[in-house]
Amino acid sequence: MRPVYAVSGGVSKFAKARPDKTFQAVVKEAYDYAINDLGLDFQQFAELVDGSVASYFSDHFQRQLMSGIMAQDYLGLCPKPSHRVEGGGATGGICFQEAWKQIASGYMDICVAYGFETMSHVETWKGNEFIALASDVSFDYPVGGFYSGYYAMMVTRHMKEFGTTVEQLAHVSVKNYMNAFYNPYAQKHQRLTIQDVRNSPMVAWPLTRLDICVMSDGAAAAILCSEEGLTKLEQAAGRRLPRVKVTGIGKGTDAMRMADRPHDDYDKFMKAYALPHEANSKETQAYYKKLWNKGFRYPGVHSFRAGRMAGKQAYQMAGISDPLKQIDFIELHDAYTSSEIQTYEDMGLCRYGEGGSFAESGKAFMPGVKYGLKLKEKAICPVNPSGGLIACGHPVGATGLMQAVFAIWQLQGTIEKHFQSPVLQIKDARRGAIHSHAGTGTYVTVSILEREK
Amino acid sequence: MAKKNNNNNTEARREENLDGTIVFNLPFPKKLDKASLKALKEMTPIVKRQPYHVEYLHSYGQDSPWFAGLTNRVFLGNRDPQTGYTYATPRGADMYTGNETEWVQLPNEGKVHAFTVCHFGSEEFLPETPFVLALIEFEGANTLFLTRLLGVDPNAASLDWIGMKVQARYLRNSKLKPTDVYFVPADAEAE
Repeated sequence: MRPVYAVSGGVSKFAKARPDKTFQAVVKEAYDYAINDLGLDFQQFAELVDGSVASYFSDHFQRQLMSGIMAQDYLGLCPKPSHRVEGGGATGGICFQEAWKQIASGYMDICVAYGFETMSHVETWKGNEFIALASDVSFDYPVGGFYSGYYAMMVTRHMKEFGTTVEQLAHVSVKNYMNAFYNPYAQKHQRLTIQDVRNSPMVAWPLTRLDICVMSDGAAAAILCSEEGLTKLEQAAGRRLPRVKVTGIGKGTDAMRMADRPHDDYDKFMKAYALPHEANSKETQAYYKKLWNKGFRYPGVHSFRAGRMAGKQAYQMAGISDPLKQIDFIELHDAYTSSEIQTYEDMGLCRYGEGGSFAESGKAFMPGVKYGLKLKEKAICPVNPSGGLIACGHPVGATGLMQAVFAIWQLQGTIEKHFQSPVLQIKDARRGAIHSHAGTGTYVTVSILEREK
Repeated sequence: MAKKNNNNNTEARREENLDGTIVFNLPFPKKLDKASLKALKEMTPIVKRQPYHVEYLHSYGQDSPWFAGLTNRVFLGNRDPQTGYTYATPRGADMYTGNETEWVQLPNEGKVHAFTVCHFGSEEFLPETPFVLALIEFEGANTLFLTRLLGVDPNAASLDWIGMKVQARYLRNSKLKPTDVYFVPADAEAE
């Protein structure tokens, strides 16, 4: 496989509704930004790019099939190769990895991954219905199909199993909203307290409205290339471009119906799912033995086996043995405060069962941001420095690519230029991870990006 | 209503009717010149309502006997004939062996494994809020079952509900939906 670089990106304004433009024109905002940031113009890039991958989740929201080709022709990319990818909430992350494949395989030298979603064409509760169709329509949807409800069931189990508290969940909301305060791309700009989160309307017990991301219209684009592609882009731009390399790719899956998830024993977990730093630690082995003796089973409905597999593969490829210490920041799929906590555990930032205390510890907060919270520990690995889905919004097909773009900017050290504020720039960020997540944990991708020395 | 199609109709004018969206007047520059064409860029977007309705013929395929069971107040599950791995939500083939599963009767009693109270919901279920969703575990089954839990106060949600013993109840008149069965606390009054 050839080395792959992520050289540029763009994000449209995320908003509750973008009636001012059709979806293709919103994609073009992100696409033009990515090209201009390279120092190229539309035609120069059109001559160099070999093809694209399109990312969008639902055909229902617009009642338009094959939206991908409509973006492709609007961007003037016909007749170059392209295809659409779809995998629920992880569509953007899958698209990023699909673009990586085009380059790594040698099929393309320069590939643009673009994604979008237009969720405003139906009312919020109809939109929730469409999203709930991403659950088994014979056995799950008719019972009361509602994603916030599905996630809330995971939460009650997580709380019962590990003693996780709603205040710990609220820490994630306060963190992500406060980070987003300095991100002009974010849909929401609010300063919150733990009480604000708990006092907001109950949606699905115990998740309140501020524990849950919103629906959005928006688009994002990322440009990936090989070494040869980089040379071509640099020649056209007349300057050396910052080098951000994609060093790890991982993807996992789990059963559509949460009811079908396994409840595996300790030995199976250790053999198939434990990360090397867990499996090699006597203390962690003892910790998990104790959990299993208390009745814990894996993954059940409280943990995401797909997320663990994605992380495990990506870490192995990137040579990461201790993720908390070796990753400088993570943009992860926080559709719910609770799923951020579940993902801390899947990605090995802490052990299963420790996500709640990890959330309130301070380890995942930004060092330079004031949260109005008493945090016990120093920031080690900021999670969702951009504000995540909770505050930035979640235009499904764009979301995973938005994370990629924010990660590229972090590693380039260009956050100040793009956000018009240096607050969210992580000092000397060398390695970042992006995590994209679908359904109730059905498809999950993890990609590792690194600044080349 | 539109006129019936006449095969010999060679009329060169499109028949108009009063169905769907009708606009009688939309503001627009009276005179088109460079300035007024440029001013069109400042126009606010047109947003219109567009209904969509569709009926599906939904087959339950190999899972059909499960729905027939509910109609007859029987709660069925599937079992791998070789390993005995038992699914509380029907599955035609075992995930681990690939074997075709067989039908077994599951107990009418189980325990709450996880739950939530939905105070909002998808449009279809919004009128039913607040309602309780629960995953139920059964003795002798390896997987869970998603259902509605009734007979508890949705405004008094408590983690103590997890582990609560519950029993199946069936709709008198089946609607051929998984909600033909629902669960209530085991100590609830008999039907």
